[in-house]
Amino acid sequence: MKEQNPQERINNFNEVALGYTPEQAILEAKRCLGCKNAGCIQGCPVEIDIPGFIAEIKKGSFDKAYQVLKEKNNLPAVCGRVCPQETQCEKACVLAKKGKPIAVGSLERFVADWAISHGVSERPEQKFKELERNTQYAIGNTKKIAIIGSGPAGLTAAADLAKTGYQVIIFESLHAVGGVLRYGIPEFRLPKEIVDTEVGYIEKLGVKMEVNAVIGRIKTIDQLRVEGFKAFFIATGAGLPYFLGIKGENLNGVYSANEFLTRVNLMNAYRFPDYDTPVNIGRKVAVIGAGNVALDSARVSRRLGAGEVTIVYRRSESEMPARFEEIKHAREEGIKFELLTSPIKIYGYENGWVRAMRCLRNRLAEPDASGRRRPVAIPDSEFDFDCDLVVVAVGQGPNPLLLSTIPELKLNKRGNIEADPEGRTSVPDIFAGGDIVTGAATVIEAMGMGKRAARAIDNYLTKLINC
Amino acid sequence: MYRILKKEDLNPSVCYLEISSPQIAKAAQPGQFIILRITEKGERIPLTIHGFDEPEDTISIIVQKAGKTTDQLCSLNAGDGLLDLAGPLGKPSLAVKEKRVLFIAGGVGAAEAYPIARAIKQERGEVAVILGAKSAEDLILEKQLRALTSKVYVSTDDGSYGRKGFVTDLLSEILLKDKSFDLIYAIGPLAMMAAVSNLSRHYKVKTLVSLNSIMLDGTGMCGSCRVTVGNETKFACVDGPEFDGHLVDFDELMKRQARFKKKECRSRKLAGKK
Repeated sequence: MKEQNPQERINNFNEVALGYTPEQAILEAKRCLGCKNAGCIQGCPVEIDIPGFIAEIKKGSFDKAYQVLKEKNNLPAVCGRVCPQETQCEKACVLAKKGKPIAVGSLERFVADWAISHGVSERPEQKFKELERNTQYAIGNTKKIAIIGSGPAGLTAAADLAKTGYQVIIFESLHAVGGVLRYGIPEFRLPKEIVDTEVGYIEKLGVKMEVNAVIGRIKTIDQLRVEGFKAFFIATGAGLPYFLGIKGENLNGVYSANEFLTRVNLMNAYRFPDYDTPVNIGRKVAVIGAGNVALDSARVSRRLGAGEVTIVYRRSESEMPARFEEIKHAREEGIKFELLTSPIKIYGYENGWVRAMRCLRNRLAEPDASGRRRPVAIPDSEFDFDCDLVVVAVGQGPNPLLLSTIPELKLNKRGNIEADPEGRTSVPDIFAGGDIVTGAATVIEAMGMGKRAARAIDNYLTKLINC
Repeated sequence: MYRILKKEDLNPSVCYLEISSPQIAKAAQPGQFIILRITEKGERIPLTIHGFDEPEDTISIIVQKAGKTTDQLCSLNAGDGLLDLAGPLGKPSLAVKEKRVLFIAGGVGAAEAYPIARAIKQERGEVAVILGAKSAEDLILEKQLRALTSKVYVSTDDGSYGRKGFVTDLLSEILLKDKSFDLIYAIGPLAMMAAVSNLSRHYKVKTLVSLNSIMLDGTGMCGSCRVTVGNETKFACVDGPEFDGHLVDFDELMKRQARFKKKECRSRKLAGKK
């Protein structure tokens, strides 16, 4: 796939990957063997009929390919861009054994983009239109479901429940929907216009979206029950930034990745002063962590004009949780990597601004509970790392704001909601999914849970009506 | 769009706004705040809720011009609208449970002190208020506070009204005579809250301060508003806004509040102000 030249792209926030041409897409699609027992489908958390949509691309029927895709996936233009296909569908592809799996992600993106540029994405699919006419829809329509959080899990559950015929309202605490798709993932990886288009489609399915609605403060779940909501899906994500708990973390110039990315992505701080929200940028930036969020923060810093940007990670390259493609893109953009390194203290100037980090070198020992080799500090390996801006990207936990208002809801010891794979929680009418259940994970895993929870909610409400 | 129903200039740099917001008006409690955005390109800023029951479907805020967004807010009029309004945010005030509370309100801090003081009065508690401002024309809500209690003491930095000096001068005089307060509640500029906390620590009177640090989402998601309280990092938006004044690291917080100063100045200048 064609990409923007690294020297150019570090000066703009435009998309890095430029997508397939129709000819490229057909050519790639023709490599698909159309396996009967398609492993790729099992590799996909939202169960897309992958050989099915690829077969349509082969024929040049992009419209039909889009319909097949949309049958299962409500956010294909998003998934085609941010899914870790290499560990999912593409990993399970028969051709992967021969070294080069079908580029499922690129094809998905192509079809979704084609549908957007041809206005096809504006049309809810035929199946939904039929649904609108039948009586079951009319009965279902009287039942209200509240979805709390408008990220990938919430949007997916909402779309599926709307397609099944329920009246769905999404409550979002920020002023714009999309959750992590909007505040977390930068424009150059996922343009907001794409998020707007996919959200627009879900609205056309009849889903209502209430922004600026902080559930737990403006209303409790109990109050929503009184208002007639029959089931709840909590999809509030991983909305609590973790810090390292080291000295100097409250110095000026130390951001959580959440703050840094929210300023830039949601509030458009990269367009300051045209937009009012500011963000400071350093001469020498250190990003702590090596997941996708860390890589996004590093690449955003680069684009904001930081002189030198370094990923500081406590393990080695092979343990880095970020997608391979992101790491590659970061390297092309001149991001440095300080591996096997743990910060133990951040130093500041008298005026409260960051000056440097004291770090330790690590070696790797046997694997820990995460299956990755555990970093162990090397004695007397302390050294100082010069920097004037630090972004802490070491993960996010469950935000307690809403959960503390539902004492009967069972949480695990990390503070995440206890839910089964179908999203059922300890409270019969409350379902949950996405990062609030699993801890920080991927967009597509959250969508998979949204999908399964939608089914479980439908089952629950169907039983409710029958007895 | 959230409609502004009433606007009043309380003095040249402070305005009062009544905004239509039935849901927030219903849910809000003393001590809580909202986050608003005026326009698409605007920033999200937190502001204390001053009133939430007069009339029923509105909330009111009192705004001091301090930057581009607050300047803009004060230039709006009845009939104009705000793009976004989220709230109520933060924990409701703990002070309303106390019996005898001494308020120290500096500048627009009175906007938050008033609803809390009124709630204490409604619970049959007693309140006293030290009201401070730079100058006579900067004082707000004096009449309303006097309607709640006969114990209203005023000081101005320049001596143009009430006692000349700082609120802490009045505070030490009062604490010398009367040590029966259950709580001191300080709300105003950071330097004032720090000075009050230092003084009240000496007199061993429990002190709450209300912190309005730089925020983005206001729901605990970004950590921008973090503040060190008793050697622990807290988020002002969800753990606060009220904290034990004797435990807050004011020095760190004052530095943190200046993090975007250069950019804020630039923004304000570009908007045509000083």
